[in-house]
Amino acid sequence: MSKTLVEKIWDAHVVKSEEGFPDILYIDTHLIHEVTSPQAFDGLRKRGLPVFRPKQTVATADHNVPTLNQLLPIKEELSRYQVDMLTKNCAEFGVELYGLGHPFQGIVHVIGPELGITLPGKTMVCGDSHTSTHGAFGAIAFGIGTSQVEQVFATQCLLQSKPKTMKIEVNGELGNGVGAKDIILYIIAKISAAGGTGYFIEYAGSAIEALSMEARMTICNMSIEMGARGGLIAPDQTTFDYIKGREFAPAGEEWDKALAYWETLYSDADAKFDSVLTFDAADIAPMITYGTNPGMGMGIQEHIPATGAQPEKEKLSYQKALDYMGFDDDSSLIGKPVDYVFIGSCTNSRIEDLREVADFVKDKRKADNVTVWIVPGSKQVEQQAKNEGLDRIFEAAGFQLREPGCSACLGMNEDKIPAGKYCVSTSNRNFEGRQGQNARTLLASPLTAAAAAVTGKITDVRNLLEKA
Amino acid sequence: MKKFTKLTSAVVPLNIENIDTDQIIPARFLKATTREGFGENLFRDWRYNGDNTPKPEFVMNNPTYSGQVLVAGKNFGCGSSREHAAWAIQDAGFDVVISSFFADIFKGNALNNGLLPIQVSEEFLAQIFKAVDSNPKSALAVDLENQTVTIVETGAQESFEINPYKKSCLINGYDDIDFILNQKQLIKEFEEGRG
Repeated sequence: MSKTLVEKIWDAHVVKSEEGFPDILYIDTHLIHEVTSPQAFDGLRKRGLPVFRPKQTVATADHNVPTLNQLLPIKEELSRYQVDMLTKNCAEFGVELYGLGHPFQGIVHVIGPELGITLPGKTMVCGDSHTSTHGAFGAIAFGIGTSQVEQVFATQCLLQSKPKTMKIEVNGELGNGVGAKDIILYIIAKISAAGGTGYFIEYAGSAIEALSMEARMTICNMSIEMGARGGLIAPDQTTFDYIKGREFAPAGEEWDKALAYWETLYSDADAKFDSVLTFDAADIAPMITYGTNPGMGMGIQEHIPATGAQPEKEKLSYQKALDYMGFDDDSSLIGKPVDYVFIGSCTNSRIEDLREVADFVKDKRKADNVTVWIVPGSKQVEQQAKNEGLDRIFEAAGFQLREPGCSACLGMNEDKIPAGKYCVSTSNRNFEGRQGQNARTLLASPLTAAAAAVTGKITDVRNLLEKA
Repeated sequence: MKKFTKLTSAVVPLNIENIDTDQIIPARFLKATTREGFGENLFRDWRYNGDNTPKPEFVMNNPTYSGQVLVAGKNFGCGSSREHAAWAIQDAGFDVVISSFFADIFKGNALNNGLLPIQVSEEFLAQIFKAVDSNPKSALAVDLENQTVTIVETGAQESFEINPYKKSCLINGYDDIDFILNQKQLIKEFEEGRG
């Protein structure tokens, strides 16, 4: 019987399937961090259980960590306690930890791929909704709650109902100045912040196939922003080339064996999806959000949709969002002054993102009214940026290159955007207060963020690029 | 896990759509390492000003409204996977959340903690909001066994869906770990079978 990619991977991991019950799904890799794991470790202690498969569990500290002076003890007491607790729990339960000071430390969804832990055909979970990132490799990867973290600790399995499948095809060529972040913000704006709920999404089409691995991660990362359980892309030569030679990737005979399996990982030609959507890459402009959920996005030259044009029962929520942002409906954002630019997060903090920004800001300087933070996704990304001299370009431009962590994406550490201030952010959520109490977030690509940094206002980056 | 069978209670209405988990419990309150105490920060930034004084216009600060049932607009619980959102709602005294649509991860987290998420139709949700609007003490009767929710005053009733396994977990107070632990041998056999 023909199967979708999701079905192939899912079926290969079902321990038991019984009518009236969710499947018992085997989990290959469990990633953990300091915020959503302590209560799960506590649960194990209460039940008197060990971590069943500690070697399939990897930990890092990312959500809470400072992005300056990481080798000093964490100043903020509660954050320090939580990070210390992770260290203690990992030691007690035999889990490998890439904590502060370790050369592999970084945002959990950046280090998995760069270490060769994320591989095609795997099932992967983490107590973090952006676990969908790993789907870029053709893996089933999704975010879970803390009770489920405890469940995976205890059994290396999860009780899960098989999701519905959706295929999103993007065909054609992207315009100059348009990238992966614009593709995904465009799709979310089209289908809404709830449009993917209940589905696992497979991204396909020529525009997706043309993307690098890091760009594919940006796409899969934001699957959750339309409510989807996860998103994935069939592995291909781009995937295999990226994985080969990485720290924990299979090598030698193991590589050949793995590759033979990975090459079977695609949706069969006549496989049935529950839903199929198709978009044209040529229709996509640099995107920016104007509201308080990632579905409230538009092409940067467009006007904010009129409140009057919203469905009656949604008008109140819609206007509330615009009031929070301090924007008028039916107006343009072009030329609107910004206060902060944040380039980072599990969506856009990889070396290609930093290279793209550095390439754009070379010989330019940030506007005086803007504070710019660049937070690399991992120690390895940070080191690579320095090896390539990107740090010097950023310094000359007045951009601050900090140390790795989730940082201002969610403002759990001290990297918060002050109340009322506008931040153009390469992160994934523009929820009220996400980047700090009453902070106002505009989601965009690294290029659009860099353009805002240089001009001090919302700018169509295409006007600043040399014509290709 | 906390058991649930039935409940009749007044409701706290929150007629807003797309309520994300950052509103339910902002990230800065996720630093605790136990499950308790999140209730006081439920909807923190809608409930309190920056100086910690209550915002009188927010429904939870209005003594007219109380009860163990939270009723909210569609796509409730979208965003982060933080289970702290379910813990905060429960810790603030709610046993049931009603919406016309729930985000997946939130719904799973709620069920794993004995907090019952009930998805009703848009029309029934509008009827609930209308009933509470005209009489804030208007009560809802929730019956898990029969999978019904009733507006007591008008008698209007709707049935709701729930996975039969999850239903039995709630009624008996079992959780998923209790269920899977009994099948560890199967898991080991699965691992051996993969080589």
